[in-house]
Amino acid sequence: MMLLETKLLTKIYGGLTAVEAVDFSLRQGLVHALIGPNGAGKSTFVGMVSGRTPATSGEVWFDGQNISAWPAHKRMRLGMAYTFQITAIYARLSLFENIALAQGMRDQDAALDALGRVGLDERLDQLAGDLSYGHQRLLEFAMGVAQSPRLLILDEPTQGLSESEIAGFNTLIRSLAGETTILLIEHNMDVVMSLADEVTVLQQGRVLSSGTPETVSADPLVQDAYLGRETC
Amino acid sequence: MSPSARSFLLHLGVIAGLFVLCFTLSDYHQGNLARIMVLATYAIGYNVLFGYTGLLSLGHAMFFAAGMYGLGLAMQYGGMSPVPAFAVGILTAAVLSVVVGVLALRTIGVAFMIVTLMFAQSVFLIILYFGTWTRGDEGFVIPQAARQVLGMDLTDPLIRYLAALLLFSSALLITARMMQVRFGRVLIAVRENEERTQMLGYDVFRHKFLAVLISGSISGAAGAAYGLLFGYVGATFASVQYSIFPLLWVLLGGAGTTIGPLVGAVFMFYLIDYSSGFTNAYMLIAGLALVLLVLFARAGIMGEVRRRWAPWLP
Ligand SMILES: Nc1ncnc2c1ncn2[C@@H]1O[C@H](COP(=O)(O)OP(=O)(O)O)[C@@H](O)[C@H]1O
Ligand SMILES: [Mg+2]
Repeated sequence: MMLLETKLLTKIYGGLTAVEAVDFSLRQGLVHALIGPNGAGKSTFVGMVSGRTPATSGEVWFDGQNISAWPAHKRMRLGMAYTFQITAIYARLSLFENIALAQGMRDQDAALDALGRVGLDERLDQLAGDLSYGHQRLLEFAMGVAQSPRLLILDEPTQGLSESEIAGFNTLIRSLAGETTILLIEHNMDVVMSLADEVTVLQQGRVLSSGTPETVSADPLVQDAYLGRETC
Repeated sequence: MSPSARSFLLHLGVIAGLFVLCFTLSDYHQGNLARIMVLATYAIGYNVLFGYTGLLSLGHAMFFAAGMYGLGLAMQYGGMSPVPAFAVGILTAAVLSVVVGVLALRTIGVAFMIVTLMFAQSVFLIILYFGTWTRGDEGFVIPQAARQVLGMDLTDPLIRYLAALLLFSSALLITARMMQVRFGRVLIAVRENEERTQMLGYDVFRHKFLAVLISGSISGAAGAAYGLLFGYVGATFASVQYSIFPLLWVLLGGAGTTIGPLVGAVFMFYLIDYSSGFTNAYMLIAGLALVLLVLFARAGIMGEVRRRWAPWLP
C-alpha cells in the first residue's frame, strides 16, 4: 500500500521554481532516501508534504486521503512527524517537557522510552538548550519517534555531526526500519546506500532518477550529475 | 514534595496571607490592597497572553473597560443588580476578545502590538462618542444603594476587601491550574517555538485564540469588579495608559510566573504612592524602576527568584 503519494507537486518562489511537478510515492514500511545537491528542492518538497510550506500546485495523498488542503498540524495528527533541517527544539524547556510535548502529554512511559532510545533519559530536568549540538539533534529525533508516526520525515538529521555520531544515528534509524516508514534527506552517500530501500534523486526541482539504491547509482544521468562529482 | 503540591501550597499561602492582612492593616492600606488585588487580577489576565503565550498586546485596556462598562451600563440603564451585571461585564469583554482574537491573530509580532493598540483606541473613541450614555471622560458613579449583594454592602471596606480577594484568588487558582494541564503547557510551547509546536500536531491558532479569550475575559472581570467595588466607571480606564499598566506590572513582577502579577502590582502601586508624596514626576520614578529592572533582573522579581533560588516556582 502507498502511504504517501504526491502528484505534480510544485513550488514556485517568485520567479524560481524550487520544486517542479514531482510525482512521488512511498510504500508503507520502507525507508526512502531523498538526495540531490544543495538547492535541489529537497527541503521544499518535504515541507510541502508536511504542510509547513504551502504548495503552489499539485496534490499530496496520505494513506489514501487527499490532504493537499490540510494545515500542517492536522497532517501531523494523521500520523506524520517532521524533524527540521535546522534543529528546532524548545531550548528553554527541560528535556522532559520537550519529549512530553512531542508525545502529546498522554503517555509518560512512551515519552521516556523515546528518550531512552537515544540515551538521553538520564537528563530529564536539564534544559534542552544546554545540550551539545549532537545531543540536540538526538533529542529532536527522539521527539519525532515519541510522536509514534506512521511516516517519519528526517531532513538531514546527521548534518554537522561527527563520524561516530553519524554511525550512532544510522543504528537508530535502522532500529526503526520496519515499524516506521521513513522519508530521509541525506547527503552522506554511504548512509543512503546502507539504509535506504529506495532512493529518489532531485535536481533543480525535478526528479532525475528513482529506484533501488543499486539502479539509481548505476544510472548514467545520476553519475554525471551527482554521484560522479562526489567520487572524484 | 511534587512541584504541583508546592505550587498549590504557595498559592494557598498567598491567599491566606492576604486574608490575614485584611484584619491587621490600617484602613488606608486595606483600601489600597483591595484596589491592588483587582488590578493584579487584571495583570493575571494580561499574563496569560503575554507571559505564557508570548503575545504582547498594547490594547488590554479595551477588555478592562469592556468589563467595566458592561457592568456599569447594565446597572445604570438596565437596572440590573450587581451579580447579573457582573456577568454582563465579563460577557462583553469575552465577545470583544473573540472579535479581537479573530482579527488581530492574523498578525504577529509588532503588527499584533499595533493592531491591538488600534483596537483599543477605537474602543476608547467609541466610549467618548457615545458620551450621552458613557459620560465620556467624566464618567459616572454607581450609587451606593445599587452596590449591594445578598444583603452585603460592597462599599463597606472589609466586604470590599474580601470581594476583591475572592476575585483575585479565583483568577490565581484558575490560571495556576490551567498552566499545569495540557492546554497551558501547549501555550508555553507556542511561546517558546511556534513552528515546532505546529509541527508536533498542535493547533497553534486555536490555542492563541483561546488565550486571547481567557486573557480578555479575566481582564474584563477585573474591570467589572473595579467598577462595582469602587463605584466609578469612566473612559480613563480605556486609555492607552491602562493598556501599558498591566504590561509594566507583569514585567516588574515576572512574566510567566503565577504570582508575578500580584508582586508587580503591589510594587508599582507603592512605588508611585510613595514617590508621589514628594514629587510630581512619579512616572519618572516608575520609569527608573523599569530601567533598573531591565539591567539587573530581566525576568522580573519572581522570574529572578525562580532563576536563582526556586526553579520549581510556578
Ligand atoms: N522561503 C524561500 N523563499 C525563496 N526561495 C526559497 C525559499 N526556500 C527555498 N528557496 C529556494 O528554493 C530552492 C530549493 O531550496 P531547498 O528546498 O532548501 O533545497 P535543498 O533542501 O535541496 O538544499 C533553492 O534555490 C532555495 O534558494
Ligand atoms: Mg535542505
